[in-house]
Amino acid sequence: MDIPLSYYLVLSGILFVCGVLGFLIKRNIITIFMSIELMLNGVNLSFVAFAAHWHALSGQVFVFFVMVVAAAEAAVGLAIIIAVYRTRETLNVDRVNLLKL
Amino acid sequence: MLHLILFLFFGTICVAGAVNLLVQSHPINSALSLIVVMASLSAEYLLLGAEFVAAVQVLVYAGAIMVLFLITIMLLNAGKEERTKGSRVATMLGVPGVVIGTVLVAWTLLGRSSTTQSVSIGALWGAPKDIARLLFHDFLLPFEITSVLILIAIMGAVVLASKPEAAARGPRKDG
Repeated sequence: MDIPLSYYLVLSGILFVCGVLGFLIKRNIITIFMSIELMLNGVNLSFVAFAAHWHALSGQVFVFFVMVVAAAEAAVGLAIIIAVYRTRETLNVDRVNLLKL
Repeated sequence: MLHLILFLFFGTICVAGAVNLLVQSHPINSALSLIVVMASLSAEYLLLGAEFVAAVQVLVYAGAIMVLFLITIMLLNAGKEERTKGSRVATMLGVPGVVIGTVLVAWTLLGRSSTTQSVSIGALWGAPKDIARLLFHDFLLPFEITSVLILIAIMGAVVLASKPEAAARGPRKDG
């Protein structure tokens, strides 16, 4: 039983779109950050699906690089969030709209 | 047939988790539903035969990155998110636009009749040995560069998250 490649691509597209929606409508900075992770996951799924489609293992290696970049981004981003919370004492992005306190 | 049923089952869980991430207002509920999304995605990777990627997905994403998120949420004691103005326009215009775009992309993709090769569970296609040969031979330079990137990220996280007065005062004298 073959599963068409397009099914995987549609699933990854839905995940990516959910990430974009969360980025747009969420106001909590941590949830916005999680939406970015959701987008990265959607892209990873399409990488793996194309790797299986073309029998190219390098697609799976790219997934590892995406994961490494996501881990680095999460570490630095959460540190920035902690620093922002320390000075502004809020996590709402609408309240973090001034360059200078 | 079993393949398709498993794909639909885990895909449904995946999409349900992603939608739940959007509708929950408490960040810790969003984080837990993101873990559900990642776990079911690793099952999708297994269906595609990428067993090592599936294991790493659970270990790195659901294990390491999400724990980082949860610890930050608990450290900052993040409560329910407050609704403020400005998000209304994005909701009114963005949601229908995004849905229309998704339907267009899905319609275009499903119109084409390309099939993947049937990959059975445990076919060991993405075995760790093959991936390691590729990663440490063909992609050696990017691998080393990402290690430097991780090192820089660690240092940046320590510098950013440390207390500002401690960084300004320099090395502490009283021991």
